[in-house]
Parts: sequence; structure tokens; C-alpha cells
Amino acid sequence: MQSENSSALATLAHPQRTARLVLLALIVFACVGPFLLSDYRVFQLTLVIVHAIALLGLNLLTGYGGQISLGHGAFYAIGAYTAAILIEHFHVAYWITVPCAGMVCLGAGFLFGLPASRLENLYLALATFALGVSLPQILKYRHVEHWTGGVQGITLTKPEAPFGLPLSPDQWLYFFCLAVMGLLFAGAWNLLRGHAGRAIVAIRDRPIAAAATGIDVARYKSLTFGVSAMYTGIAGALGAIAVQFVGPDSFSFFLSLSLLVGIVVGGLSTISGAVYGALFIQFVPNLAGDISKAAPLAIYGVLLIAVVYAMPSGIAGAIDKLARRLGGFGRSTPPASVSKHRPSQPGRNHA
Amino acid sequence: METLLHQIFSGLAAGGIYGSLALALVMIFQATHLVNFAQGELAMCSTYLAWSLIHAGCPYWLAFVATVGISFVAGAAIERCVIRPVEDKPALSVVLVFIGLMLILNSVAGWIFGYTVKPFPSPFPDHPLFGNTYVGNHELGIIAVMALTVVLLYLFFRYTSLGLAMRAAAVNPESSRLVGIRVGRMLALGWGLAAALGAVAGMMIAPMVFLDPNMMSGVLLYAFAAALLGGIDSPGGAVIGGFLVGVVENVMGAYVIGTELKLTVALALIVGVLVVRPSGLFGKVLVTRV
Repeated sequence: MQSENSSALATLAHPQRTARLVLLALIVFACVGPFLLSDYRVFQLTLVIVHAIALLGLNLLTGYGGQISLGHGAFYAIGAYTAAILIEHFHVAYWITVPCAGMVCLGAGFLFGLPASRLENLYLALATFALGVSLPQILKYRHVEHWTGGVQGITLTKPEAPFGLPLSPDQWLYFFCLAVMGLLFAGAWNLLRGHAGRAIVAIRDRPIAAAATGIDVARYKSLTFGVSAMYTGIAGALGAIAVQFVGPDSFSFFLSLSLLVGIVVGGLSTISGAVYGALFIQFVPNLAGDISKAAPLAIYGVLLIAVVYAMPSGIAGAIDKLARRLGGFGRSTPPASVSKHRPSQPGRNHA
Repeated sequence: METLLHQIFSGLAAGGIYGSLALALVMIFQATHLVNFAQGELAMCSTYLAWSLIHAGCPYWLAFVATVGISFVAGAAIERCVIRPVEDKPALSVVLVFIGLMLILNSVAGWIFGYTVKPFPSPFPDHPLFGNTYVGNHELGIIAVMALTVVLLYLFFRYTSLGLAMRAAAVNPESSRLVGIRVGRMLALGWGLAAALGAVAGMMIAPMVFLDPNMMSGVLLYAFAAALLGGIDSPGGAVIGGFLVGVVENVMGAYVIGTELKLTVALALIVGVLVVRPSGLFGKVLVTRV
């Protein structure tokens, strides 16, 4: 699976024409869509964007960095609560709380990443599992109740469109989130194709070799953790503003699981996978929940195992394969990453 | 003083459960270097099985034995069918499969039995034995059953040739294969034993936490803390770690932080052990060979 992961980076750096067309169509839809849909649908799409940002954050850590986090819902919750507390208790404008939440989570993630960087994957999974399971309890704790609102949580009001723009609050928030997402995705893309991105992937694939080439493994690992938490925290802040509510039970372990399932189904180590994963975790559990309360969990569980067995690169990988086949490149889909790397690439690593 | 003693005894009882679940985790870890995130849900499913048997009119101890036997077979089957194919994949894939398994078991139990909380009978008599008031009979019973299980397991691994073969397969699979041990079968056997142990733990704790599909999430977290505290590759350490965690949890809950933050104690323990002494109290210090 690891070799296929690293190939995603190569594919990203040299996007196929088909993929570009799909992307263009998506962007056009993202801009025009809100004017054609009902406010409720727009709200749902806003949540898709929020999830996509959170998933990209987790994918930076788990997909590219190879560090397993089973508790990323915690950072989402920290971001959401930062935004809600700033708005509720300090009357800060909602758009300022987004970078604030990002900074808080960057710090929190970096601090959690410091000891985590010394741990092996399984131990990190254990520690983050504990974080994800116990966070709702901390949020309900009575000594922080004054700030967090305890079990009741905090209710927020929806921001209006500024400058007299002819947009409904839902549409405005959608475009606001879309802009943030564009910025963050561009940032991640830049980060990953540069020195830092190659260092992160190198640490995942060959930690010893990475250390030997002069990469500060521990520092990069905790930085990855910080940046990943920052993305997820920004998503949390946006999510809190969009849903207009934060409460401890919205951030149960199920959220962490959803994020994990999202990146796996969407595609590990792909940027576009975050969007597919977000669509998946936004719509599929809702549909499945109509059948039975147990169905969303069952679908998550079956899909996790099925994807690991049959489709390790997720939806993004499947689409990539399909595009390659339709794109008329004539060759059968190369399973290994080696054939996809351009010969010039190794020379560009860490010059 | 009396309440403190009472808290310590409850802690020991709970600790017995954590210890045996931690022991199940350690058994799988020793053989495969994997941490089984589905261990708690396996135990939960076994407990539901026992509940159904008792509900159908089966006497308690017969249901107990049947549940342990069926859990053993189910554990071995899961190893064969679900875990074997990803055995030598990277840690992430294996963790994902475990999480998937955990979700499937949880939802299947919810689907069949619903999410309403059910009482589970205790096999031990209600009226206090020997006139003591510090500790309930169920708590004493738990400690006794857990101690018995641990001793039986110790005897099995120490004095039978099958136990020796299992230890050999865990320590050095290649050499064991060369001397004719069926390593794959030993792994399945280990999973079966772990599942059976989990079943006992589940049936013992169910009268205290009641039966519902999420009953094990907190218990599993404490079992992780116990396994890490004792050293994840040390069976004895897991048992001692379990008792320690149980007592710390109860005493802290009663006197220091209140019951609302009990899970956070587990989080603090896990992170604390990993930061200060990742090999735990009795574990081997891991040296990576370059």
C-alpha cells in the first residue's frame, strides 16, 4: 500500500488532462450550484466543504505522514469550541475566529505531536484513540462548563452576507467556506510538492534513510501533526459557524471514526480524495441511518475492510485509474509506483 | 477509611477485568505485534451471546462454558478469515481492519439486540459472605474468577507442549516452522484464547456496567492503559497493570476528580506511560536495529 501511496504524489504533480477537465467541471459546479439549489442543500454542501478540509488535514498526517490518528475529531472539537467561545464570550467577528482556531489547533497538535513523534505507529493509534474517546467527557467537565456550556453546549447565530451582497446567509457561508477551502487546498498542494512534502513522505516510507539524508524526523513529525491539526481545527471552526451549535455530543468518537473512514474511502495520500471522502461521510451515513441506527456503523466497518483489501487507494485511486484507461494512454494501469515516476524526479528530492 | 477500603476493593475487581482484557491484548500483541482494537467489541458480543443463552433458560454456568467455547471458535475464525490476509501489510492497514471489525461487531450487536440497556445476572449469591461489608460478593467473585483464569493460562503456557509451541511461534516464527510447529494454527489458537478470555471478562463486568453495545468502550480504554502500564509485551505486567489501573481509577474517581473525568484518567495514563516509559513497567525496552 505504501508504494501506491507515494505514487499519488507523482500523479498530482503531473495531472492528466481528463482529471483536469473533471476538476474544472467541479469548480464550475461549486460556483454555480448554490444558486440552483435550496438553502438546505447549500447548507449540506457547506458541510461537505468543512469535512473536506478536515479530511485533508487528517490525510496530511495519516496518508502522507503515515502517522495513524484515531482521534482527529478531538482537534475538530477544539477548533469548533475555540470559535464558539470567541464568538460567545468575547464577541469576536466570526471570520476572525477561523484563523484563531487554526492557530490554537496548530499549537495543540504540535504539543500532542511532540511525544507522539517518538512513538511507533501502533502506540500513536492507541494514544489518539484515547484522546478521541475521552474528549467529550472533558468538554462536559463542570469546571470548564462556564466556557464550554457543559452538556447544553453553545448556540451561535448565522452570519449575514456583508457589503450588501445579494446572497442568503447560507449561500454566503458556503462561498466563505469555499474560499477558505481553496486557500487551504492550494496550501497543502504547495506544501506537499515542495521540500517539506517530500520529507514527510520520505519519513513515512523509509524513516532511517530519511534521517540519514539529514531530515529532522522528530521535528517534521510533530510539525506534520501540528499542520494536520490546524486544518482539522479550521474545519471545526467553520463547522461550528455553519451548524450554529457546538455541544460535547456532536464530537463523540464517531466523528473521529468518520474522518478516518473518509480519508480511507476517499483515497489515502491524495488531495482530491478529501473531497470524495467528504461527500461520502456527509451523505452515506444519513441515507443509511434511515434504514437502522446500526447501519451507518455497519457500512463504515464493511467499507473500511473492503477498501483495505480491494481498493487501497480509495475512490480517488479508482477515478485516477478510470481516467487513465479512458484517457487513451494505451498501456494497462500500472499497479506499482515505479513506472509512474518520471526519471527526473529523484534528482529533485532535497537538492 | 472504610470507604477507602471499599474503593480499593472495587478497584481491584474492576482491575481484574481490565487485567484480563489487557492480557488478551498482550497475547495477540506478542504473537503478531498488533494491538487488537476490536477486543472490547468481541467481548461485548460474547456477553450478548451469554445473555441470549441465559434468557433461553440455560443455567448460568452452562451458558458461561458454552459462551467461552463459542467465543474461542469465533476468535480463531476471525483470525483465519479477516486478519490473515492483511498480516504483513503496513500498520495502518491492520489498524483499519481492526477498526472495521470493531464497527461491524458493534453494529451487528445493536442491530440484533437493540440499544436499550439490559441487566445481566451475577452468578454469585447476594447476601454477604463472612459478614464482611467492605466488598460485594460479585466483586470478590470477579477477583476469584480472574485469578483462576490467569493461573490456568500460566499453567497452560508454562507446562503444556501446546503452550510451549504457541510461545515458540510468537517468539520466533521461522525457527518454529523449521521444528514442525504449525505457526498459522498457533496464531489462530492465540486469537481464540484471547477471545475466550475477553468473553470471561465481558460476562464478569456486565452485571456492573450493564449490557449494551457500547459497554466495552470505556473498559477497552482502561485495558489499553493497563497493557501499556505493565508493558505491552509482558503478560504478568498486563495483570498487575490492570489491578493498578483499576485501583487508581476508583480512588481518583472517588477522591480527586470525580466520576465525570474517569476516561480522562485513562487518557492521562496512556499518554503518561508513552512519554515517560514507553516500554511500561515490565516490558522489554525496544531497540530498533538499523
